Amino acid sequence: MSTETALPVLTPGDFASDQEVRWCPGCGDYSILAQMKKVLPEIGVAPENTVFVSGIGCSSRFPYYVNTYGIHSIHGRAPAVASGLKIARPELSVWVITGDGDALSIGGNHLMHCIRRNLNINIILFNNRIYGLTKGQYSPTSLLGQVTKSTPGGAIDNPLHPLSVAIGCEATFVARSIDVNIKHLAATLKRAAQHVGTSFVEVYQNCNVFNDGAFEYATGRDVKADRTLELEHGKPLIFGKNRDKGIRLNGMTPEVVELGKGISDDDLLFHDERAPEPTLAYLLSRMSYPEFPEPIGVFRDIDKPRYEEVLSSQIDAAKQRSKGDLKTLFESGETWTVS
Amino acid sequence: MATTTRSKPLVELEAATVRFCGDSGDGMQLAGTQLTNTSALAGNDIATFPDFPAEIRAPRGTKAGVSGFQIRFANSEIFTPGDSVDALVAMNPAALVTNLVDLVPGGILIVNKDAFDEKGMAQAGYVTDPLEDGSLDGYQLFPVEMTRLTRLAVEGLGLGTKESDRCRNFYAMGLVFWLYDRSLEPTHRYIDAKFGKMPAVAEANRRALHAGYNYGETTDAMASQYKVEKADLEPGLYRNITGNQALAWGLVAAAQRSGCELFLGSYPITPASDILHELVRHKAFGVRTFQAEDEIAAVTSAIGAAFGGAMGVTTSSGPGIALKGEAIGLAVMTELPLIVINVQRGGPSTGLPTKTEQADLLQAMFGRNGECPLPVVAANSPADCFYAAFDAWRIAVKHMTPVMLLTDGYIANGAEPWKVPDVDALPRFEVKHPEANGDGPFRPYARDEWLARPWAIPGTPGLMHRIGGLEKQDITGNVNYEPGNHEHMVNLRARKVALVADDIPLQEVDGPASGKLLVISWGGTYGACRTGVRQARKRGGDVAHTHLRFLNPFPKNLGDIIRSYDKVLVPELNRGQLRMLLRAEFLVDAIGLNKIQGKPFAVREVLEKIEQVLQS
Ligand SMILES: Cc1ncc(C[n+]2csc(CCOP(=O)(O)OP(=O)(O)O)c2C)c(N)n1
Ligand code: SF4
Ligand SMILES: [Mg+2]
Repeated sequence: MSTETALPVLTPGDFASDQEVRWCPGCGDYSILAQMKKVLPEIGVAPENTVFVSGIGCSSRFPYYVNTYGIHSIHGRAPAVASGLKIARPELSVWVITGDGDALSIGGNHLMHCIRRNLNINIILFNNRIYGLTKGQYSPTSLLGQVTKSTPGGAIDNPLHPLSVAIGCEATFVARSIDVNIKHLAATLKRAAQHVGTSFVEVYQNCNVFNDGAFEYATGRDVKADRTLELEHGKPLIFGKNRDKGIRLNGMTPEVVELGKGISDDDLLFHDERAPEPTLAYLLSRMSYPEFPEPIGVFRDIDKPRYEEVLSSQIDAAKQRSKGDLKTLFESGETWTVS
Repeated sequence: MATTTRSKPLVELEAATVRFCGDSGDGMQLAGTQLTNTSALAGNDIATFPDFPAEIRAPRGTKAGVSGFQIRFANSEIFTPGDSVDALVAMNPAALVTNLVDLVPGGILIVNKDAFDEKGMAQAGYVTDPLEDGSLDGYQLFPVEMTRLTRLAVEGLGLGTKESDRCRNFYAMGLVFWLYDRSLEPTHRYIDAKFGKMPAVAEANRRALHAGYNYGETTDAMASQYKVEKADLEPGLYRNITGNQALAWGLVAAAQRSGCELFLGSYPITPASDILHELVRHKAFGVRTFQAEDEIAAVTSAIGAAFGGAMGVTTSSGPGIALKGEAIGLAVMTELPLIVINVQRGGPSTGLPTKTEQADLLQAMFGRNGECPLPVVAANSPADCFYAAFDAWRIAVKHMTPVMLLTDGYIANGAEPWKVPDVDALPRFEVKHPEANGDGPFRPYARDEWLARPWAIPGTPGLMHRIGGLEKQDITGNVNYEPGNHEHMVNLRARKVALVADDIPLQEVDGPASGKLLVISWGGTYGACRTGVRQARKRGGDVAHTHLRFLNPFPKNLGDIIRSYDKVLVPELNRGQLRMLLRAEFLVDAIGLNKIQGKPFAVREVLEKIEQVLQS
């Protein structure tokens, strides 16, 4: 483009739909919606070029509440619906909104394959460690021993770590944020939108009805600085109210160390979002409370080819080689004439 | 290249049916395809029936590993590959024992004598050598040392025994080509194209082909040659086409003629995969294919593409269609155009993957939760798949609904001559995407005279809307749980599909417009039923035939047609699924002819049933 056309300035109001929001009062989903509406105008994509695709769950009601195009599809299948849409219409900005059950249980297969194809789609997983919509059964991210309606004796299957799964699929963008940490959340959503390729964001989301306080350990005013660690590219991993603790690598194993007493910043692990190998990001995704502070922010942000772009270039190349002509097609190969 | 001077008498035939059979590694499909193309080029009408085992590599020489390819070529119009075989080529004892039943008494039987060793015969269950024990006396038996003679023919080209033996199918082809006075030219062209980069292999195949041909010509074994003259087909340019290829081309053409881009979401499954294989080759037409991680992703990606304005297509077979059920319901609820293609195979479950059946009609009709109607269209022959694709897409976009298109393994893999259509004469239909018109909020569930809603697509300013699987309020498309609205919407979706009956041709009948018996068929049994009914009429039977392209809704005049006959016979490769629908819809006491053996009907079976019903 030689001329710059000034985009009309968009506001959160441009993205607000006329539908009544039906989440329970106090649900963490409200906060995510608010931050999304704040971020969307900043991204600069017009509402008509934005599509939200979701599966089924409380979280998946999200598309109704933004005035863009949207599909509230079926349980677990949003990444596949979004893939088809993105392949057919690569120019659209496509978001997937999903829950821990939707993405990791019934839809685990689609999530994995969408990520590995690296379509330019933003996947936001609202992790409340519970099935909200179906009223409180345990989910694939529920903790061992978690008592729920379907696990009165405590959950006995090992939880999945959503970021570890995404990194295992070699996601090119992986991040985590928290519903109540609104500045961080907005910044993370924005980074996800800016990344070209599949962006996978886990948001800790409180379900105040069926799993209230699940993330209290990470969000409590007094404890959050000690129990979470904000990742910054190129910076050492430091945390704590007084920023006096850090993460050091002992061989392949991370350990918490206290700064001072002979340990300086330089001894710590430095974060590198752009490490080509997913090893560091994976190691960070394994750090969990109570042994470690839980990292939030961008774990990984690398560049790799996008499925839809490669497909489009194959199509362009094919069109260069021959123009699609039905007569030529029909008459290709062996033919004969009956007179 | 072909014979210059003929040394043996030439017998004229109206038609001939030949079957090549052997181990799945013996190249029988190739042999059959070559004879097919050559016969088509010679101007015959043809019909083929490839029949292969489910196992790709069943143990060599076993009955489970037998692969066959049957072709009928004729000097007049034919609809089936023939009930029985005039000439059988059996490459080993297992192939002989499993195929001999279909050879006509006195028929030509060419066998590879070298394969009749102790092990081979034991694998086939022969206690004594059938080539010696007189059990084949009722046929014209030609035991040919194909292995030895092929090895001799390719000697000096530096090929190992295994590679030499791989040329045996060309030897067999050569012999059959001589027998039916066929040109070797097309096969030469094939060899050049296929093996051009491997000169030794190309030369070996050429030599084997000629060795087989010359065997017929020069040895005393075979006394005469046969000739089937050109068929009197409608003038025009022809090509040979399989059902899956015709379907793929029909989709490409329908997309072009409607100005849409074709998106295929598919997961490989026999016998549907060839549609995917074909469509990936047409990127120059802008075709986007997506080999999804499973059938659910295949259909949901097609729904996503359809929301984006593409022609969304998903292809599968019964087991995959079962997985797609929930998502097809989503397409019904969101009222998006979508083509779901089921190339039916034997079921239930994994069933008979490589065999044909028509047992998914009720699945197409009812295989989803809730009241979930959709139009159902069925193709009736390989070439007809091209036009069936057009019909499906026209209905899908005009009526804003998913459409189920049924074919089956028999027509998908079978081939027939296809008169190449004039591109400009192909149906053209416009697809409209609305623009904002400034009068109030957009109403995604407002309807036109066909009850179709507007297909507004992302990228259009002012028409942002959200759709989904929750019940919709009519007009606004908002989520709505009111009891009255639900009933209204369920009825509306049913009426919308029923209205398609006003948009399809009236049903036609072949034969008298009223009388004793009407045969009603659908799908791939067209050829056997049409031929069977016509033969019965020739023999004096008062019987007519009607073949359904549209199974839901039925054509508007079908009830009147049915009521014009005393009896109705419904031949199907299932336990009576269309019959059940006809009984429910028209309260007609239809009689069934049902075969569930993974095989198509023989004309004889239809004919016998017709005569039995007429006599009763
Ligand atoms: C095929 C199918 N199976 C089951 C359900 C029922 N169901 C709806 S949402 C849900 C779980 C949702 O949990 P999650 O994805 O964590 O979303 P949340 O409600 O917690 O946001 C289930 C089991 C369904 N809608 N469809
Ligand atoms: S059930 Fe939980 S997740 Fe669902 S809306 Fe209520 S608070 Fe939110
Ligand atoms: Mg949840």
